Amino acid sequence: MTLTNDSIQQKLTAQFGEGFFTFSEQYGMLSLEAPKDQNLKVLQFLYDEPTLAFRFLTDICAVHEPENEGNELSVVYHLHNLQANVRLRMKVYTSIQDPRIFTATRLFESANWMERETYDFYGVNFVGHPNLKRILNVDEMDYFPLRKEFPLEDQTRIDKDDQMFGRG
Amino acid sequence: MSRPVRFNIHPIEADIKEAVGVAEAPEGYAGEGFFTTQLSSVVGLARKNSMWPLPFATSCCGIEFMATMASHYDLARFGAERVGFSPRQCDLLMVMGTIAKKMGPVLRQVYLQMAEPRWVIAVGACASSGGIFDSYSVLQGIDQIIPVDVYVPGCPPRPEAILDGFIKIQDLVGQESIRRRNSEQYKLLLNSYGIE
Repeated sequence: MTLTNDSIQQKLTAQFGEGFFTFSEQYGMLSLEAPKDQNLKVLQFLYDEPTLAFRFLTDICAVHEPENEGNELSVVYHLHNLQANVRLRMKVYTSIQDPRIFTATRLFESANWMERETYDFYGVNFVGHPNLKRILNVDEMDYFPLRKEFPLEDQTRIDKDDQMFGRG
Repeated sequence: MSRPVRFNIHPIEADIKEAVGVAEAPEGYAGEGFFTTQLSSVVGLARKNSMWPLPFATSCCGIEFMATMASHYDLARFGAERVGFSPRQCDLLMVMGTIAKKMGPVLRQVYLQMAEPRWVIAVGACASSGGIFDSYSVLQGIDQIIPVDVYVPGCPPRPEAILDGFIKIQDLVGQESIRRRNSEQYKLLLNSYGIE
């Protein structure tokens, strides 16, 4: 049986029950939202179930949506079934006041650095991560630069005159 | 492809008299069998014509520097034949390219390892001011962490511009007073960067 978006959806619903996930499909790629305290159970099921076998973690990243109150941060997992060449996107939403998410490092070794990067830029606190510290930015940095409230431009700079850039 | 024959039939004899340059003697008092001048002029003359650059190249300006070093533009014409890769032996730090904030302490360490007298040239927009990378991760000009003598604008600057910056450095080196590095002013400059 080939692995299609419909069959994945059916298997997940059969395991976790109706209304557990919110499914959507963008450009042919299945995307599912899971409750944040169940992220490991879902990943484990996707990994273990022989017909699904999503055993390669392509990427972990986060998205900050300030207007989405109570669910400002989302952590996005990109999974890949290498045998069937099927990809899957899983999203987990969390509030920015309490950005705690269970770490996936027990399941995927590669999650270690990806979660450190996600912590570095968005401040997602991965509970149980063996070494959660900054990976790319300087250690002295005291904010999470990709959160929307921080302007992209370097705020320490004083020699740039806004009028010269047409924003005076 | 071989070179067309028509380029080779009338080879121009090189005029060696024009090609070989001799540095001008500094101002002084000359008499029969002796010549007096300032020590600083002689030292400056020697220093400026035998600079040892240390290339600190991180991006595209480094590629332009490679062209500057190669035969066509030939930095060796100005006495900078020997590019060193040990800061202990070099007296001109050439910073070429974007310096990320994480690279800052490394650059500073390299500068501190150089022996006095030492000069710094910031090549390109990124090294001079952060350039287009007005961003949380990029150092907005290396003069935030080390003193800079000459800035070369451009993104990246052409080899001619790098050579021009190098000639400006040579002017500074040639005119520098021999006591400058011991002066109170110089100490204050270094102290303002947290270097003693």
